Amino acid sequence: MQDFRYQRVNSIEDAIHALQQQPAAKFIGGGTNLLDLMKGDVEKPDYLIDITRLPLAQIRVDDNGLLIGALMRNSDVANHAHVRKHYPLLAQALVAGASPQLRNMATAGGNLLQRTRCGYFYDTAYAQCNKRLPGSGCAARAGIAHNHAIFGASEHCIAINPSDMSVALVALDASVRVQGPQGQRVIPLADFFRLPGETPHIDTNLQRDELIVAVELPPARYAQHSHYLKIRERSSYAFALVSVAAALDISGDKINDARIALGGVAHKPWRLNALEDALRGNTLSVLNDDALIALAVRDAQPSPQNAYKISLVRTATRRALAIAGAVT
Amino acid sequence: MSDSDTSASGSNDGGDRPEHDSTVELLWRRREFLQTSLSGAIAAAVVNSADASEKNSSLKSSSSNQRTFLLRVNGKPHQLTAEPRVTLLDALRERLDLTGTKKGCDRGQCGACTVLINGRRINSCLTLAVMHEDDDIVTIEGLAQNNQLHPLQRAFVEYDALQCGYCTPGQICSGVAAINELRGGAISQATPDVRNATVEITSAEIRERMSGNICRCGAYTNIVAAIEAALNVSSAG
Repeated sequence: MQDFRYQRVNSIEDAIHALQQQPAAKFIGGGTNLLDLMKGDVEKPDYLIDITRLPLAQIRVDDNGLLIGALMRNSDVANHAHVRKHYPLLAQALVAGASPQLRNMATAGGNLLQRTRCGYFYDTAYAQCNKRLPGSGCAARAGIAHNHAIFGASEHCIAINPSDMSVALVALDASVRVQGPQGQRVIPLADFFRLPGETPHIDTNLQRDELIVAVELPPARYAQHSHYLKIRERSSYAFALVSVAAALDISGDKINDARIALGGVAHKPWRLNALEDALRGNTLSVLNDDALIALAVRDAQPSPQNAYKISLVRTATRRALAIAGAVT
Repeated sequence: MSDSDTSASGSNDGGDRPEHDSTVELLWRRREFLQTSLSGAIAAAVVNSADASEKNSSLKSSSSNQRTFLLRVNGKPHQLTAEPRVTLLDALRERLDLTGTKKGCDRGQCGACTVLINGRRINSCLTLAVMHEDDDIVTIEGLAQNNQLHPLQRAFVEYDALQCGYCTPGQICSGVAAINELRGGAISQATPDVRNATVEITSAEIRERMSGNICRCGAYTNIVAAIEAALNVSSAG
């Protein structure tokens, strides 16, 4: 690991000020992704600003919904009584990710900023990676890409976002509250993540001098009918091949509303708006309609290596919706 | 198992091997013997130049960037002077000589380095020592109390929950926390309905909760048995 200078800050203002003073600095919270990348020389910050002492490790519940402080550890969010009861989709997604040790370290804000697990991004022996070295090319395009994107990729990058938490948050219409030198702003999570396009080295729309202070969720509507389904190569402690966050608002056998997002398939959590529209106002019996469920993969552009994800998305979406829609 | 976190040369000698390995012990004795008995000038020259180069390299590697801080490990405060890039794992092993905590993958994937911070299990390889100034750190060396093994340590012996033993300190630290989490009603992926306030203790729950600790010998069956036994034996944490 390259040497770096270290500063601990005690206020949000100090954190942002320190970042402005040190152009190549990075914030460190849980450190589970950043230090891993630094050990591999993928990230080489010359300055780390330790934000773990900032007063951002709390959850607040009010009429507007739920506010999760950016420094809440993943395990604490998952086990918060209100989250378990009213946002079980989020709790499920959190405990589907990483290991208990990592969940005790990783923060909510850091989870949103975790980088792709594309092997060519991680392995500096490969000269080509547009995300690591902008303009160098994409080794994955001609390489091993069985777990790469089937939606929204570009010729410059086919990497996927590895987060489970973010998939549930996108399905639940979450927003990110960030603070910069000019004050705070709120970004809908769906607009926070970016597609790779021609700038795959920029994962999110967080600005250089901004700090994530919270994740915000609207009042709970889906506690009775939601499910997070994660498909992977082993049954625990692995990244998703495909995951589905499904949430339904049901009265009787009528679907009032639906929220569905996919993980493991794109550069960001992939919301299935067309399928949601098709389900809205329909009866629960349409959850068995394969032609309708096929809307989930309407825009997919798989490669020969990851074409298997097409059927995986279809069956996983159908299963997640069936579990979410089960009348208990 | 290269160690990019510490600048001291030869810091890995034997340190990652099981302590009870008599071959290692013999090699160490032989090394000491050679170092102390080789005839005068040559040996002295070798030793001196090694010392000198170590000093130079530590000077070169920005000694101004060293920080002095306190780590409280197993109830004892330790003053440490180290670069901020030194991980908690390397600080424990290479600076405080607490080699019970193991370095496996050094990338947060195997769980061998698991320790308890303020009672919670974490991977000590993916955190910086300097970030833990005010924390209570407990390693495998700190689990026994008053010369009595921790109930889970006893259960690991009784149920033969290890083979080579390398992952064992991490497994036990992780297991101690897993037991507390289960008793506290924390959820896992194996929990059928996370909305319920209580969690049923099943072997599926134990297996899922121990998935962050890899055992290459495959002692998993007995590890689960040991944790089940420890859960049943003592009702207090």
